[in-house]
Amino acid sequence: MITDFEILETINMFQEQHLDVRTITMGINLMDCSSTSAEETCRRIYEKICRRAEKLVKTGEDISREYQVPIINKRISVTPISIVAASSGASDYVCFAKALDRAAKTCGVNFIGGFSALVQKGYTNSDIKLIESIPESLAVTDFVCSSVNLATTRTGINMDAVRDMGRIIKAAAELTKERDAIGCAKLVVFANAPEDNPFMAGSFMGPGEPECVINVGISGPGVIKVAMESVKGADLGVVAETIKKAAFKITRVGELVAREASARLDAPFGIIDLSLAPTPVVGDSIARILEEFGLEDCGAWGTTCALAMLNDAVKKGGTMASSFVGGLSGAFIPVSEDEGMIAAVTKGALNLEKLEAMTCVCSVGLDMIAIPGDTPATTISGIIADEMAIGTFNSKTTAVRIIPVPGKGVGDFVEYGGLLGSAPIMSVNPSSCADFINRGGRVPAPIHSMRN
Amino acid sequence: MKPMDSHAAVITVIGHDTIGIIAKVSAVLAANNVNIKDITQTILEEIFTMIMFVDMSKSNIDIKELADKLEALGSEIGLSIRIQNASLFNAMHRI
Repeated sequence: MITDFEILETINMFQEQHLDVRTITMGINLMDCSSTSAEETCRRIYEKICRRAEKLVKTGEDISREYQVPIINKRISVTPISIVAASSGASDYVCFAKALDRAAKTCGVNFIGGFSALVQKGYTNSDIKLIESIPESLAVTDFVCSSVNLATTRTGINMDAVRDMGRIIKAAAELTKERDAIGCAKLVVFANAPEDNPFMAGSFMGPGEPECVINVGISGPGVIKVAMESVKGADLGVVAETIKKAAFKITRVGELVAREASARLDAPFGIIDLSLAPTPVVGDSIARILEEFGLEDCGAWGTTCALAMLNDAVKKGGTMASSFVGGLSGAFIPVSEDEGMIAAVTKGALNLEKLEAMTCVCSVGLDMIAIPGDTPATTISGIIADEMAIGTFNSKTTAVRIIPVPGKGVGDFVEYGGLLGSAPIMSVNPSSCADFINRGGRVPAPIHSMRN
Repeated sequence: MKPMDSHAAVITVIGHDTIGIIAKVSAVLAANNVNIKDITQTILEEIFTMIMFVDMSKSNIDIKELADKLEALGSEIGLSIRIQNASLFNAMHRI
């Protein structure tokens, strides 16, 4: 029998500590929607998504009601459109983004991911068309998210694509400059992109995935923070144990919701992504957890070490709780979406270089960072190149979601609202890396990629 | 983890102590054929906390409808009343 204490502890986690299931993401294979006409392909894409995800939102709401577990987002990820659209003959892929957007609206989801290309080793003709269509696609749609995988540990880094994405990010910013370059908030570049990640903007349905799948992303920075408050001053072994136990409980909620959703939607359960994903709400911050370790501000010396321990303990607790933990799993460190990160940047305690160091040990990378609009495209490519190198050479996922805000500079602030939050413009090292970026070519795979 | 028995549920009632809380909650349950398996209550610093384990297998309504009725009662008598599928607690606290 469950004890009263356990019941009240659970209720507290949801009511006071902002524990929630961040997203139920349905992955849908669109390979069979290809045709030799763009119009027909769009029709098939729209029809298949609407048919498969018809009950997604309703099912999420039902489960939420029956278990009294908040399920914040219901989302869809699809096969990278560069693959689906390849045989359509279209020269411009904006029409496919519009089809995805229409389908998302019909199904009632708030994001759809998969306007994507996997170009770690080189471009197909279709990849080039997709990438060139990204800025306009993000400007004319509301819910479409785009991602491009630029590097893997097995293949090395596609530096032509790194160069091009600097330019594409600037173009996406320019086309949405009236809304503080919000297009860039829906665009992420990856090294070692996971094919089953349920979190936006980087969610897509990898080519190795089944026909349809349910992946669930769960969050709970507040639960970890409160658990850590109960062991103030204790040594770090005790802290690790405390985080693991809390992560275990959080993951079990995700697993339960995922199994239920999978059964009701007639789609196999894929993975639980146990990510500590912050929101701008006070009490839902990763930075504040790091400070709970004993740091005056997130960004102080010791931050990277604390984050490494946090990320690892979360994974260990999560893998005990579910046999299918995947996606990104770990701690996210977005700036605009985390009240504590915003405070640390505003105070001057946290800068871009320290964030880069933190990405060596967090689960993703440089995320939701606003920089001056006049930052050269080659410098953005340089930031991407460094982040890709960290991922590629350390066999981990890294990503960049960066926003050069036109007309704004250091000291200004951008406001997106909702889950995207707000961000102070961060300063960028002005030294040029243009000649390095313009070399192009490929960075060979690291020696430890040869594991056969 | 297997899908659990969907008929077992936990009701929690939290708020200021007043006369007749158990009677009113029980009346809603009886009217809807919901069986009470176990009940505990404590009062800590004037805050009333009641936890009920109930079986809904013979009920004529589903857990979402019962949740609506209990929440309506809760707002009428100024208490928080929630019902949750019991498998949530098993998942979280039992290996």
